[in-house]
Amino acid sequence: MRLTTISLATVSLGTLLAFGLLASTPAMALDTTRLAPKDVSFSFEGPFGTYDRGALQRGYQVYKEVCSACHSAQHLAFHNLDEPGGPEFTEAQARALAAAVKVPAGPNDRGETVDDKGTPISRSATLADHLPSPFPNEEAARANNGGALPPDLSMVVKARESGPQYVYSILTGFTAHPPAGFKVIDGKYFNPYFEGWNIGMPPPLKDGTVTYSDGTKATVEQEAHDVVTFLAWASEPKMEERKRFGFGVMVFLILLAGVLYASYRKVWKDAH
Amino acid sequence: MDAGTRRDFLYVASGALGGVGLAAMAWPFIDQMNPTSATLAAGTTEIDLSPIQVGQQVVFKFRGHPLFVRRRTPAEIAEANAVDVNSLPDPLAYNDNLADNAPATDANRATKPEWLILIGVCTHLGCTPTVSTPQMPQGDYGGWLCHCHGSQYDTAGRIRKGPAPRNLEVPQYAFLSATRVMVG
Amino acid sequence: MSGPSTYKPNSGFERWLDTRLPLPRLLHDTIHTFPTPRNLNIWYTFGAILTFCLGIQIVTGIVLAMHYVANAGLAFDSVESIMRDVNYGWLIRYMHSNGASMFFLAVYIHMFRGLYYGSYKAPRELIWIIGVLIYVLMMATAFFGYVLPWGQMSFWGATVITNLFSAIPVVGKGIATWLWGDFAVGDATLNRFFSLHYLLPFIIAGVVGLHIWALHVPGNNNPLGIDVKSPQDTVPFHPYYTVKDAFYLTLFVILFAIFVFYAPNFFGNPDNYQQANPLVTPPDIVPEWYLLPFYAMLRSIPNKLMGVIVMAGAMITLVFIPWLDTSRVRSCRFRPLMKQFFWGFAVACVALGYCGSQSVDASVAGIPLVWVARVATFYYYAFFWLIMPIVGLIETPKKIPASIAQSVLGDTAAAPAE
Repeated sequence: MRLTTISLATVSLGTLLAFGLLASTPAMALDTTRLAPKDVSFSFEGPFGTYDRGALQRGYQVYKEVCSACHSAQHLAFHNLDEPGGPEFTEAQARALAAAVKVPAGPNDRGETVDDKGTPISRSATLADHLPSPFPNEEAARANNGGALPPDLSMVVKARESGPQYVYSILTGFTAHPPAGFKVIDGKYFNPYFEGWNIGMPPPLKDGTVTYSDGTKATVEQEAHDVVTFLAWASEPKMEERKRFGFGVMVFLILLAGVLYASYRKVWKDAH
Repeated sequence: MDAGTRRDFLYVASGALGGVGLAAMAWPFIDQMNPTSATLAAGTTEIDLSPIQVGQQVVFKFRGHPLFVRRRTPAEIAEANAVDVNSLPDPLAYNDNLADNAPATDANRATKPEWLILIGVCTHLGCTPTVSTPQMPQGDYGGWLCHCHGSQYDTAGRIRKGPAPRNLEVPQYAFLSATRVMVG
Repeated sequence: MSGPSTYKPNSGFERWLDTRLPLPRLLHDTIHTFPTPRNLNIWYTFGAILTFCLGIQIVTGIVLAMHYVANAGLAFDSVESIMRDVNYGWLIRYMHSNGASMFFLAVYIHMFRGLYYGSYKAPRELIWIIGVLIYVLMMATAFFGYVLPWGQMSFWGATVITNLFSAIPVVGKGIATWLWGDFAVGDATLNRFFSLHYLLPFIIAGVVGLHIWALHVPGNNNPLGIDVKSPQDTVPFHPYYTVKDAFYLTLFVILFAIFVFYAPNFFGNPDNYQQANPLVTPPDIVPEWYLLPFYAMLRSIPNKLMGVIVMAGAMITLVFIPWLDTSRVRSCRFRPLMKQFFWGFAVACVALGYCGSQSVDASVAGIPLVWVARVATFYYYAFFWLIMPIVGLIETPKKIPASIAQSVLGDTAAAPAE
């Protein structure tokens, strides 16, 4: 509440100043290059990093309750939720999470995919289903979001430079105040971590937006941290397996290099 | 002599270690051809039995094959029970829920006699047999007739006449409730 | 030097095989007894490393092709399915994508070794030319391969490069349409690129066979650049170079493993994890790092056709090197002046690579990078067409050792450390 008032005040003041400036002097071009992402670290970074299971499960909750209204995550399937290396819900929990989600049903016996009112027929998802998209196509998504397309989130962390830090900064960056002289475009929101500073997404997270079942306090930073962890896993579900395999490979290769070096020296000892 | 054996041991050790590494790295390239986790997840089908009427068969898709779910009438169940298993061309149950040598009694073909669940692939050359109904009988045994080469199955899906060597396969399944069954 | 074969079949089976298909004899002569100069250093291990890289790319590529779908609507998803669902699919994919970078790293080192030690000079001119052919085939293969995941960079990189052909006067537009199979890069383009990407590595393998065959006529060059004069100058390839190649190959594989397991997207561009969108151009279109120097040359020339000619000319120039260098001395170890220009050339290549990675209007310390690229392109051409001919004639080389054996076994304290 307080933040909104301050933002409103600042924007108003800024706008007034801007008008004043415009009236008296030629407009100065503002460099709206996005700010460098915030320097936050995550448990999964580094050669021995792993995903925090609790963060992954809480992150799924944030995705499901907040983000999935506009953002698809189509490369994720419900069966990924109980697989090792991920949130590691039990199979029963994963089935329940799937059953709580509706997906378009295939044609019924009469070959229909919509009912008499034109609503698409849906069924509960199973483990085999991918997470459904909130919109049937790109045009519907744009129409519902002021012309901007909410990107699919299953790869977003890999599809951005410094992905985890970038997404975290966007999610927690709405509290910044627009500087004097910057006008936020109608229907957009100010976020200095987004290129151009005008973002189509309204601030999705507030303190207590979700209520965590494990009792963790749901501050904006916590929610952002958890959903970024979840999205990082969504981009790279095999990361833990990769690092584990890699450790074995490195140990083996170093051993092999040692043995081969000794052989090399032995073979060449008499040659020089 | 000592230096010679030590050198040989070193070479053998290098070669062996290299070979082990190569063999270990071969596994991922072999395993990648196994069914993917998506295929495995899609490998089970949950079926809602409530809309199926007595005497009706519904065909579902299961692992790329037709799946026959038939709600048998008491007459069909009695007919299946009356058959002497030893006189059958294939006396084995061919039921994935049981041991390989289980006999083809009706109880071994349908745990709940009312519900007969079969893979709808003729065991001769793979065609889909046609179900026999009182309105349109197929074959002489009240079960199925395969139109490709004339194999005839009875009301427990067992081969009775024709070139098919085995009874229709019973897949793995488990009842989740009176009206829901999980196949696979 | 190739001489009469010394292979003696050891068993009845070997004798039977030898008279019908002398494969064991071929292996014996080429990688067992083959006399190899005894002074080869680490830079000479990259031929074996490159063969390993080609093998890795072919094996991982064939396996990926079991799961990949070459259709514009399905390609991106099929790659993600490989990463997520196929058992060890992530491993095979990352080996293939990082393997390509390792392949080019090795080939650049291999080529620079050839330049430094004069391995392109008579009688090895054809080995060099075949090598240039392999390099061009590698670049084509890599270009086609990068399009296949159908990400933003895949699509737009393909668009930029295929559009270059439209710069050719008169027939350019027709050629571009013919390459695309459509009015722009699309599904038809993707399908044919997949076919060619599968084909070219086997062509490369055949040309590599020619490359090694041509090498085995005169035998290897060596860091001193002097000919083998007696058997004392050489050692049999096995066990001396089999074990040395195995060791350095293992070090190379350690570097490869670090990328595959701990930084698998280091060489890549995040934009390629976004599905191709013909309606949205990414802010910066950048090829993979190993194509950046040529990309920088292309962009440094304001005229589109001239840019294509300069870029293509840079590759064609490589073919003429054996005749451009007038020096009687092969190895830069004994060419103090040429050595400096060589390192200047290396710096120019790295500078070009850096310029190619930045946006066209970027500057560093106030200097627009497009001018850095122009200077570096000029140096590239000057190095081959001016410096090589002139320096060979005016340079005073250092004193060359009498023989390899004398250099290696005799006065070891005098062996230069480079």
